[in-house]
This record gives sequence, C-alpha cells and structure tokens, in this order.
Amino acid sequence: MNAEQQYIELFARYEDMVCRHSTPVMNALRAEALADFTRLGFPKYKSEDYQHTDVAASFAPDYGININRVKIPVNPYDVFRCDVPNLSTALYFIVNDSYYEKEQPKGIFPEGVYIGGLKAFTELHPELAARYYGKAASSSQDGLIALNTMLTQDGFVVYVPKNVVVEKPIQLVNIFRSDVDTMANRRVLVILEEYAEAKLLVCDHSIDDVKFLSTEVIEIFAAEGAVFDYYDLEESSESTTRFTSLHVKQAAHSNVLVNGITLYNGLSRNNYYIDLNGEQAETTLCGMSILDKEQQVDMYSHITHAVPHCTSKELVKNVLDDRSQAAFSGRILVKQEAQKTQAYQTNRNLALTREARIFSKPQLEIYADDVKCSHGMTTGQLDENALFYMRSRGIPEAEARMLLSLAFTDDVIENVRLDILKDRLHKLVEKRFRGELAKCAGCRICN
Amino acid sequence: MLLEIKNLHAEINGKEILKGIDLTVNAGEVHAIMGPNGSGKSTLSSVLVGNPMFDVTEGSVRFGGKDLLELEPEDRSREGIFLSFQYPVEIPGVSMVNFMRAALNEHRKYKGLDPISASDFLKLMREKRAIVELDNKLASRSVNEGFSGGEKKRNEIFQMAMLEPKLAILDETDSGLDIDALRVVANGVNQLRTPENAAIVITHYQRLLDYIKPDFVHVLYKGRIVKSGGPELALELETKGYDWLKENE
Repeated sequence: MNAEQQYIELFARYEDMVCRHSTPVMNALRAEALADFTRLGFPKYKSEDYQHTDVAASFAPDYGININRVKIPVNPYDVFRCDVPNLSTALYFIVNDSYYEKEQPKGIFPEGVYIGGLKAFTELHPELAARYYGKAASSSQDGLIALNTMLTQDGFVVYVPKNVVVEKPIQLVNIFRSDVDTMANRRVLVILEEYAEAKLLVCDHSIDDVKFLSTEVIEIFAAEGAVFDYYDLEESSESTTRFTSLHVKQAAHSNVLVNGITLYNGLSRNNYYIDLNGEQAETTLCGMSILDKEQQVDMYSHITHAVPHCTSKELVKNVLDDRSQAAFSGRILVKQEAQKTQAYQTNRNLALTREARIFSKPQLEIYADDVKCSHGMTTGQLDENALFYMRSRGIPEAEARMLLSLAFTDDVIENVRLDILKDRLHKLVEKRFRGELAKCAGCRICN
Repeated sequence: MLLEIKNLHAEINGKEILKGIDLTVNAGEVHAIMGPNGSGKSTLSSVLVGNPMFDVTEGSVRFGGKDLLELEPEDRSREGIFLSFQYPVEIPGVSMVNFMRAALNEHRKYKGLDPISASDFLKLMREKRAIVELDNKLASRSVNEGFSGGEKKRNEIFQMAMLEPKLAILDETDSGLDIDALRVVANGVNQLRTPENAAIVITHYQRLLDYIKPDFVHVLYKGRIVKSGGPELALELETKGYDWLKENE
C-alpha cells in the first residue's frame, strides 16, 4: 500500500464522522480535496520543488487522527508556560488540531473583531467564511494542501473588519499532546479588511515524546491598506514532523510581515506563497533556523509580483551544527505588468561542521524590464579572525562561537516589529545556542 | 622577570620566520622592537598571543613564571597579555558593550571575582573611553565595524585600558595614524604605564618612540634580534635606515 492509500481509505471509511464534527463551509471542499489528493498524491521526492524532503516517507507510518474529536484530557494553561512572558498577548490554544474553547475576557478587542475557533466561525458567519476559506490555498495546487483540506475539522481564525486596529498581539499556541503517535491537520485563516491591522504570534510546541506529524495550512488575506504581522516560532521536538503551507494574498497598499523561526524541531517543510496583487503592496518574508543533531528544515518560498510598484524583501538565515540539514528554495516571479517592482532576496547559511548540509536555490524569474531585483546567497563558517580576536581578549572559544552565531542571526530578529518579542527572541536564541533549549522550553512537563 | 623568551623558533605553513629569539622583559620596562618589513616583528607578537596560524618549533617562553606556550589564547589574555592588533578585526553584530563585558567578566572569573554590575561596567567604560577620547557612539556600535583606521587603533588602546594587562604588545599601533591620532593613542598608552606592567612596542619608524619612550630598543632582522641598545639606537636607525643590516650580512 502506498502512503496515500491509507489516507484515502481512512477518509472513505470515516467521511461521515469527519463531516459530522465539522461544518458545511469546511465540508463543502472535501470532495474536491479528495479528488485532488487522489490525483496528485504526495509531492514526489526528488521532484523539482521537493529535492530534499521525502514527504511520502513521513506520512507512511500509521498515525492516530482524532476524527471523532475525543476530548484530550489536558488543560493547556497547566502544561504551557508562556515562553514570551510579559508580552501580554491574547492567548489561544489549539490542542493537536482542536480549538481549545475558553471564554476570553469581554472587551479586549474592538467591536466586530472575531478571534477564535474556525469551526465556530464558519457556523457564525458561513457566508463570510466561505468567501475566504480555501480561496488562497487551493487543494489542486499541492497534495499536502489537498490532504489538509480533506481532513481538517477545526482551526483558528482572526477576522478584523474594515478600519479596525487590533492593538493587542494575538498569540496562538499549537500544542501536541498525546500518548500515541498522532497526526494533526491544522488550519489558520486570517481576514483583514480594508485598513485593518493585527499581529499574530503562533508557537508550535510538542509536549510528549511520541511521534507527531502535522499539516498546517495558513491563509492570510490582507485587503487594501491592511497591516499584518505573522510570527511563527517552532519549538517542538526531534520526533515532530511538520508540513506548513502559508498563503498570503495582498491588495494595494497592504503591508505584511511573515517571520518564521525554527528554534527546535525534527523535520519541517515550510512553504510560503505570497501574492502581491495590488499596487504599493509591501511584503517582508524572514526566516531563521537553528539546527543541530539530525534536525532538518526545508523552506520553499514563492513570491509573485503581479502588479507594478510592489516591494518584497526576503531574508533567510540558517545555522547548522552536527549533521543537520537545511534547504532554501526562493522563487520570485515578476510578471510582465509588474514594472517598478523592487524585490530583494538574501539567504545566508552558517555551517559549523563538515557534516552539516545546506542546499540553496535562488530563482528569480523576471518578465518586466524596469525593476530593481537582487539576490544573494552565501554559505560559510565562522570568521576565524574574529574568533581569534575574541579569544585574545579572554573570551573562551565556545563563548566566542556562541556570540558570533548570535550575531549572525541578529538581523532576522531585528525585523520583528514587536519590541517585547524581539527582546525575548534574543534571549531564546542565546539559550538555544547555549544548548539550554533542549526541548520545548514552554512546557512545564519538560522542565 | 615578567617575560622570558629563549631561542624561540616559529614557522607558518612550513616557512621558518623566527629563527631563535631571546628577549627578557621586566615589570616597569618598555621595549621597542624595530626592523624592516618581513623581519618577523608581527610573527613574534602573534606567537606570543597564541595565534593558531603559527607553529612554534623550538624554544620556550615563560610569562609570570608560567609556560606561556602551553596556554590557550584566552588564558594568555587572562594571565595578563594583551595585543593591540595591527589590523583590528571587524565583528558585525557583536556590540562593543557585549564584547567588552564578556571579556572583562572572563578576566574577573579567572581571578575568582563575581561579574561586574551593569552600573559599574558602564562607569568603567566611560572612564576608560576618556583615556583615548573614544566617542560614546563607537562604544555602542558593533566591534570595529565602520570604524576609521584611527578609531580602530584607539579602540585597541581602550580595550587595553579596560583589561589592564601586565604586558601590552603594541603591533604597529602607529601605522595609519595621523599625528593627532598618534598623540592621543600614545598619550593613552603612557597613562596606563605603571611600575608593575610592561610594554613591547613594535614599530617600523622612530616616530611613535618620540611619544612612548622606550627603555630598550631591539633590532629584529630575518627572524633574529641582531642588535639591542638604549633609546639612542632608535635615533640611530632613524638616520641610518635599515640598509646597513644588509651590508653587515
């Protein structure tokens, strides 16, 4: 039996149960998702965009999926100690792939704002939800999106109406908690209407030592003039595998920042699709991975400049120790109409051992003739002269290496537009380099 | 004695540069080492601070009674050796403040002292900065990044002031400095002189020695000290140049 077959059969057998615990808006896309998944299967290993990650191998084992929505006996507030304290976020939880229902204090958000579970949102606002759900991430595009769309039953929504600014940062904590190997199909939907503003921090944690596998589909719609920050902080475990697919649709004058940071993981494949569809839209895509042992991160990004006068800035850094592996594939497409585009891409990698592996592939495809585009890629080791200079001042070699590694990642953190998170990240990254972040630092169970 | 070098031989990539150096430095003394380009002046300073590019093949170096060559570069620093680099290294992303605090606290730890408090550290920074007239703005930037040649040299002396070494080695500290910067740097070095510490001033020209008065002058040529004398030797070199060395071969 190939890896796809077990999911197709699972869906055939439990389709009723999947749908019963979900809503019509989400169910409406399942048939097509099944057809797409059957046709596409998992992305083929060694194919153009999946040179370094064997997706099917990750999905081949038998994982439990909580289709019948059995309540997980866990209080996330007990197991999760916020790793970004004093951030004073509005805190929400997804346990595996179920939204954790909890009353939020009234009045923390302006009128009309919805922040909460996807299932509830699609019931409360079915027409609004249907206009956006599945519209940025199409299941015909990728077998992983199809699988997620076929099986997902709940998720998280941020909806901010026109002209409303949500000042308080929103924090979503994805928790993996299970006694058996478990798969979760997570979904995030962000809708920002004209001139709306919000900031979302998503943290992935794995609490138990069993194997976890997730598909995560994130859809972000930024209407004209909307401003949105999306921070993704993965602090999971070596036995966690995740496949994310983040899709951004930007209208004119919108400004979106996506910053994906992998502090601790097993294997992660992170796809980013950003479409600049309105003039003067601006996007910043940052990424950073700190890897050691056998950890792997494979990042794929695809930024499309469809109209004139848009700006995209991409900055991705990887630090690899031991036998870890990172891949970066950065595609920027500038369509013929997209004159006066500014697109800048930088990927820098630090390989601390001979065994660490980096694969980097910048791909700029430019059809317009009046643009400013640049890309740069470097892979190297720590500067020996700098190391010696520091040692000659009394700083031990290990400490000097740590300070230089920290310095290397500094500009990714500097791109964070939330000062308190920036400070916290500096500390977390330092802890990581010191080896003190052995597992997810956010969980009481691990401490 | 503070430093005792005996029959020191060193090579880089299999090429012998130092061919038997003997030198003794006592507390309170300033030694100038002069010589033409390629004579081994910078190699000597690199070997003393433990630059891994160089291999010591023969000889011994004792510092404060310890076998210096056995120590890692960081331990040599903590024992009290300081090199003012001819070409200070830029370290983007590492702020001067963090760099200096890390270095100072390592020195304190070595002496069994607690880390310095934040306010004492800033006070110390301010005090030592004044010695070389180093701008506060530079102190808040990344180490040497975007510093002018003169600022880098001043920054070296500032670090020396912070770490208070027993033996300072100034490697071509005068190169690339205009006369005003030279005066500031030399003035800084002179302020840091005490009867307990010592300095080795490596220079190509007599110019720096007008400001930092040496007790002894040594001429290094082809990896050996070929002549030693008092301050008058530097003046003699200034008028005669180095060509007479070649004639003596």
